[in-house]
Amino acid sequence: MSEAVGTARVKRGMAEMLKGGVIMDVVNSEQAKIAQDAGACAVMALERVPADIRAQGGVARMSDPDMIEKIKAAVTIPVMAKARIGHFVEARILESLGVDYIDESEVLTPADYENHIEKWDFKVPFVCGATNLGEALRRINEGAAMIRSKGEAGTGDVSNAMMHMRKIGGEIRRLSSMREDELYVAAKELQAPFALVKEVAETGKLPVVLFTAGGIATPADAALMMQMGADGVFIGSGIFKSGDPATRAAACVKATTFFEDAKVLADVSRGLGDAMVGINVADLPAPHRLAERGW
Amino acid sequence: MKIGVLALQGDFREHIQAVKMAGHAGLTVRRPEELAEIDALIIPGGESTTIALLAQSFGLLQPIRERIAAGMPVYGSCAGMILLADRILDGTEDQATFGGIDMTVRRNAFGRQVDSFESNLDFNNSPLRAVFIRAPWVEHLGKAVEVLSEIQGSDGARHPVAVRQGSLFATSFHPELTGDLRVHRYFFDQVCVGAIK
Repeated sequence: MSEAVGTARVKRGMAEMLKGGVIMDVVNSEQAKIAQDAGACAVMALERVPADIRAQGGVARMSDPDMIEKIKAAVTIPVMAKARIGHFVEARILESLGVDYIDESEVLTPADYENHIEKWDFKVPFVCGATNLGEALRRINEGAAMIRSKGEAGTGDVSNAMMHMRKIGGEIRRLSSMREDELYVAAKELQAPFALVKEVAETGKLPVVLFTAGGIATPADAALMMQMGADGVFIGSGIFKSGDPATRAAACVKATTFFEDAKVLADVSRGLGDAMVGINVADLPAPHRLAERGW
Repeated sequence: MKIGVLALQGDFREHIQAVKMAGHAGLTVRRPEELAEIDALIIPGGESTTIALLAQSFGLLQPIRERIAAGMPVYGSCAGMILLADRILDGTEDQATFGGIDMTVRRNAFGRQVDSFESNLDFNNSPLRAVFIRAPWVEHLGKAVEVLSEIQGSDGARHPVAVRQGSLFATSFHPELTGDLRVHRYFFDQVCVGAIK
């Protein structure tokens, strides 16, 4: 019997199972249970949600293994955790803890300003952020098994997520309309491997699942991203920085499934209490913009 | 045949594609009205707790149980196998299932994602490459349940990973991810035919 673990099919397949779902940031086992009871398809275990990382400043790193283990023990749904960009030792530690997905995340302080983690070498799958198609394909080339479009994490402002979904979608549509002999220059311009560019041009989509993240705070935001072509959404600070996390979490799950049904969206948007206060991305000075981390 | 695919969460698009490639009409099912339109149902891979909660919230739990009781053919892959089990182990405290197959299914029985694997197995007496992702296995089954495939688990024992009871059929693995239509065709040609009035 030829059994194989950690194959591309198994890693990418895991992301297929998350589609149509909401992955929620949680900082302890109580929040993880609230997320699971609300219908989250996975949780992201981290010590500080992006809004707090932003407020408190300092270097943001991988979470304490104890905290990740407690969350793993508290829920039956998949548990993800974040490693710093390029920090392959943090990634090895997370893999040894048996987390189900690693997010090589710009929300943490990067450990390497030139290279990302070589991800093919791991049994555990990786999700990486991207602001455009070239960045997404570079991450896939390094072994990412799932992509999330970046927004501006910890702001509650969905405009950056929107911009990046439009950008990625637009670049895919552009490739699909090209002659094959034009794809070489397209690959050069995208700074991405030709084989992946050709595959996207032929299939009209990324070779891996595409979620969206950053600034999603309401059921309407989640539905907006789904209508823009996301396969699912990450909600970071938007849930547990709001007035009534359990209700808001359940509402976002329903909105992600019924993203095209305005009646359901109206129903689930009622009586959610206060949304996270939020920061306008335009008011953030450039050095504090997390989405611009990644290369 | 009109084949519905429960489209609350998970990889329902891949199942719809398999239905269409096998030459049948594939419809998404999110509401009781859509359930009423279909001859047979596929429950996709995904997160079983999420799918169960959404089915409860949107009034599908009872109608699906009733259609199952009335003999509608149903195929469940992975999360779908869990949702077709009469009893589950390692679920959440009050996790609901549609039920119908007299079996006890253990969730995430093969381990976490780092243990997810692909393997060759015999399905209904022919070789098949199968993908298992945080997959469940069948721990106990009733006399009426037929085993179509089994595999050795980490506990050393062999566990059923494809089972059938009458018009209900379930696999631990994901034929929708491998582009091999034989498992879907088994459902359409062996399970649905005769069961659909």
